[in-house]
Amino acid sequence: MNFEYSDEQQQLADSLRKYLAQSYGFEQRKAILQSAGGSSAQAWAAFAEMGLTAIALPEVDGGFGGGAMELMAVMEACGEALVVEPLLDHVGLAARLVARAGSDAQRAELLPGAIDGSSVLTLAYLEPGQRYELVPRSTTARAEGGGWVLDGAKCVVVGAPLAARLLVSARTGDGVSLFVVDPRVAGVSLNPYRTVDGQRAADLRFAGVRLGADALLGPAGAALPLLDEAVDFATALLCADAIGAMQFANETTLEYLKTRKQFGVPIASFQVLQHRMVEMFIHTEQARSMAILAASKVDTATDAAERQRAVSAAKLKIADAARLVSQESVQLHGGMGMTEELKISHTFRRLTMIAQRFGDADHHLERYAALD
Amino acid sequence: MDLNYSPEELAFRDEVRGWLAANLPADIRDKVTGYRHLGKDDHLRWHKILAAKGWSVPHWPVEWGGTGWNITQRYIYDEEFGLAGAPMLAPFGPSMCASVLLRFGTDAQKQRFLPRIREGDDFWVQGYSEPGAGSDLAALKTRAERRGDHYLVNGQKIWTTLGHYGDWIFCLVRTDSAAEKRQEGISFLLIDMKTPGITVRPLILMDGGHEVNEVFFDEVKVPVENLVYEENKGWTVAKYLLGHERMGSGAVGSSKRELAALKALARREMRNGKPLLEDTRFRDRLTRVEVELDALELTSMRFLDRMRRTGQPPGADVSMLKIRGTEIQQALTELMMQAAGPQAQPFAAVDGGQVDPYVSRLSPRYFNYRKTSIYAGSNEIQRNIIAKMTLGL
Repeated sequence: MNFEYSDEQQQLADSLRKYLAQSYGFEQRKAILQSAGGSSAQAWAAFAEMGLTAIALPEVDGGFGGGAMELMAVMEACGEALVVEPLLDHVGLAARLVARAGSDAQRAELLPGAIDGSSVLTLAYLEPGQRYELVPRSTTARAEGGGWVLDGAKCVVVGAPLAARLLVSARTGDGVSLFVVDPRVAGVSLNPYRTVDGQRAADLRFAGVRLGADALLGPAGAALPLLDEAVDFATALLCADAIGAMQFANETTLEYLKTRKQFGVPIASFQVLQHRMVEMFIHTEQARSMAILAASKVDTATDAAERQRAVSAAKLKIADAARLVSQESVQLHGGMGMTEELKISHTFRRLTMIAQRFGDADHHLERYAALD
Repeated sequence: MDLNYSPEELAFRDEVRGWLAANLPADIRDKVTGYRHLGKDDHLRWHKILAAKGWSVPHWPVEWGGTGWNITQRYIYDEEFGLAGAPMLAPFGPSMCASVLLRFGTDAQKQRFLPRIREGDDFWVQGYSEPGAGSDLAALKTRAERRGDHYLVNGQKIWTTLGHYGDWIFCLVRTDSAAEKRQEGISFLLIDMKTPGITVRPLILMDGGHEVNEVFFDEVKVPVENLVYEENKGWTVAKYLLGHERMGSGAVGSSKRELAALKALARREMRNGKPLLEDTRFRDRLTRVEVELDALELTSMRFLDRMRRTGQPPGADVSMLKIRGTEIQQALTELMMQAAGPQAQPFAAVDGGQVDPYVSRLSPRYFNYRKTSIYAGSNEIQRNIIAKMTLGL
């Protein structure tokens, strides 16, 4: 039993925190959000330079052969700083899917750019009106002329406006398949937007998009388990991101309680507030335990059910804790917590969206119970 | 990170598990898993079995009969007891009084009391709370006046768990009413409950059970050699004890057993033609408790790991295990009662009637477990501790 990060994991997180403290402070982040692309090329290059894009990829593809456990401390640091670049979607979802499912040619084509940061990858799997469903309903691909023709729609594809390649899930006959799609080819249209927590995302439409045979990623019609595993892995990372955001929320709220004076005393002296702060602290520690479990199980589980059970348990706990911590943080800050001027309101938005991403509490309650 | 027990720890777990399976008397186990109160004979019989194995006081120094187990082994031992339905020994002698004697007792006091505690010869109970001194323990009023070679004790204790079984009681008493600070006039006394002037009065709880008592002291003579540590320094002793042995308060093992019992019950009970366990409304509530328990187990292990690495006792934040552990216990007992639906009502047979011996215990069990967030430092006091000591509020 050992619940410490290794020296290597800690050092990496420390150097990332140092970078973020210098170059990704609250005001700097605000400038990034207001910039044309809504994303910092400099930060992205720095992440790649630090090796964050390579951690979870196999050594044979030029990665470091790590897993969620190696990324966990990194994601916590990103959560504290409210990083808006699509690191999780690029590294945790898409690049890793290419490494796991891709042919030699696909890996050789896509992974070097993914690792050096020159080409962003992201996964398009959600469809309008289908909530968290992994099985595509409206997106289909039919074989034609030795290749494929893709039609349909995807929604809330985080990082899509920045992406060099999209991985798209589609129904092929009775099965589910994945395709590598260049967003610039004919028939692909993007409806880009900023999310409430400051990320760049897009809804996508595919109208008769012609793909080569080599666009198929992984087995035709049998990609659902791959997709399920990929989303579980990313969910574990999202849990770690949430821990960082909750940690920040607690620290900044604690600081506020100690400095804000009313009735001539710091409001920290009021027991009604103390106990609420304690509950935020306990929720965060319980959530941290589950985030550790999820990261550990996506790396080591010997069967899908063991992994799914841990991830759903963790996401449920994180969703509940994120809601409590974010709501209480704002309440304890009073009116100032409502304003754009304090980082806590941005953390509130991030935690609220985390609670709802990759399956909300109800989704994971159901999935967990079904595994019993 | 590595979330798993080592092979050695797993072997130890199997050893404890195997020994319990072979040596825990079935009738005692059935009382625990059937939610019936244990009698004094049950407590003593189990204590003697553990003492014969050398496991009655694992956490003591080896020279006094401890096992030399590390913190993880002790945690595993507690968890296996909970899982197996083995009662933990009442903590008042083996854990509480003994810890005080080992830290503050004279050699003579240790020689006199520790072996008898270890062997289960004396049943110890705790005399802390008073009608006017609950969470505010330092408000206690029970007086002990020095009269030559003895103290004369007058006053009242309350919530004395298993006081009706007690051979000895350790008490906080006021020896100096004029002390400037309330905490400074308190002493720690060991009192033989056979001494004339002691009256034990039952307080029957709302589950109908006799578990706690009031203890009255009327001109009770206590020899001065029964004073532990210095006169008027009892608060030092009390504080030491309050910070002691809080790791096991999460009760993860027994809650896991309760969760399994709840699922079994909810598989038998039907709703809309389906097992209650498959009912979404019920299941969601159960799952949230189950996940909170998963989290509590891991949080407990994180505390263990921190203690192992630092060699330090747990910090004040360990209070979170008591808070969440008792909340989970209460949630489970409530769900058990609710799972029984209308059958939660029958309580006691009359006039030759019958009630289900198991299901009829579920409501009383729920009633009884309201105590867990009140006793051993109420959950509000635990939050005060974290607020002050951990968060600096």
